[in-house]
Amino acid sequence: MSFTPNIQAFCCHYTSQQTIAEGKEGLKRDGMPENVTLNRLVCGGKLQVSTLLKAFEDGADGVYFVGCPPDECHNVKGSQRAAKKVAAVRQALIELSVEPERVEMFHLERGFHPEFVKAAQVMNKRITALGPCPFKGDSK
Amino acid sequence: MIIAERKPVNEILDMVKDAKKILVLGCRGCVTVCSAGGEREVEILASLIRLGMKKQGKKIQVTEGTLVRQCDREYIDGIDQWKGKYDSIVSMACGVGVNFIANLRPTTIVYPAVNTSFFGGSAEQGVWTEQCAGCGDCVLHLTGGLCPISRCAKSLFNGPCGGSVDGRCEINPETECVWQLIHDRLGRINNQEAMNTIAPIRDWRTAGHGGPRKTLRDDLTL
Repeated sequence: MSFTPNIQAFCCHYTSQQTIAEGKEGLKRDGMPENVTLNRLVCGGKLQVSTLLKAFEDGADGVYFVGCPPDECHNVKGSQRAAKKVAAVRQALIELSVEPERVEMFHLERGFHPEFVKAAQVMNKRITALGPCPFKGDSK
Repeated sequence: MIIAERKPVNEILDMVKDAKKILVLGCRGCVTVCSAGGEREVEILASLIRLGMKKQGKKIQVTEGTLVRQCDREYIDGIDQWKGKYDSIVSMACGVGVNFIANLRPTTIVYPAVNTSFFGGSAEQGVWTEQCAGCGDCVLHLTGGLCPISRCAKSLFNGPCGGSVDGRCEINPETECVWQLIHDRLGRINNQEAMNTIAPIRDWRTAGHGGPRKTLRDDLTL
């Protein structure tokens, strides 16, 4: 049975600026998987552990964050903080015996880069292979 | 402040495995400051419990709440606002809060979500260190303000012991030898001769060795 994962991408204002400007059609042309939903934050420093967990509660099969390179955050340490939050969720998934690869952190240069789309494709491929998230009601 | 740390999720899930409705209850006191059991941590734990139970194929209703403090009678009364929404409480307060709920709500089931660790302070962001043992008979005026009970692995009163090497503790080399620190500090404040004073054998009854302790202030009781 075919499976299209629900993937929630969180990204900071700066790394997603040009991506957002591309618009839905433009992103589709660039190869952005349509099942990846972008959630934009002002900065990685605003990311909360609960935001990522909530995404899983709301039915995500995979969740990731795209932030600036660790030492190039516009707000100095935002993407470093985001990486810590992602690591905390990864640890929580391990505790709950769920594949930690369902959550990921990407550090990318600002602006629109093929890497932004590539990150979405990597996650889409990975989560498709993993199958539905065990947090979904019908699976044990 | 009292430093605490959240228990492993699976330990908490095991506590609530038969519960149908729980109240995850935070405290805005010490555990908020040390990021163990404040509003934010309540949100995270509630989410983890929902996800964990869902993974096990179980249904649970999780209500989130936070009290000003869980170590005061009048604030415990605030639990009434969630009446009917829980069959047990998962308290994210320190052990004092859990005890207060158990004392004041004789039929309410209450579980601890954190391990209460020690009295400490924030050494740097995300790092807390033990600074006081609450022994009930403070000697900091004799030791330059540095506590030999909580900060010496052997709680020595007449230190350092022979295991102090290069200012480090033999029990754990990552720990500074507090007696070395006391020695250096007493020197800096021109009170080094205090090191020559032999501390007498200590009466530990004030430290809880005489049973649970109680403080009574006649000027405050009604």
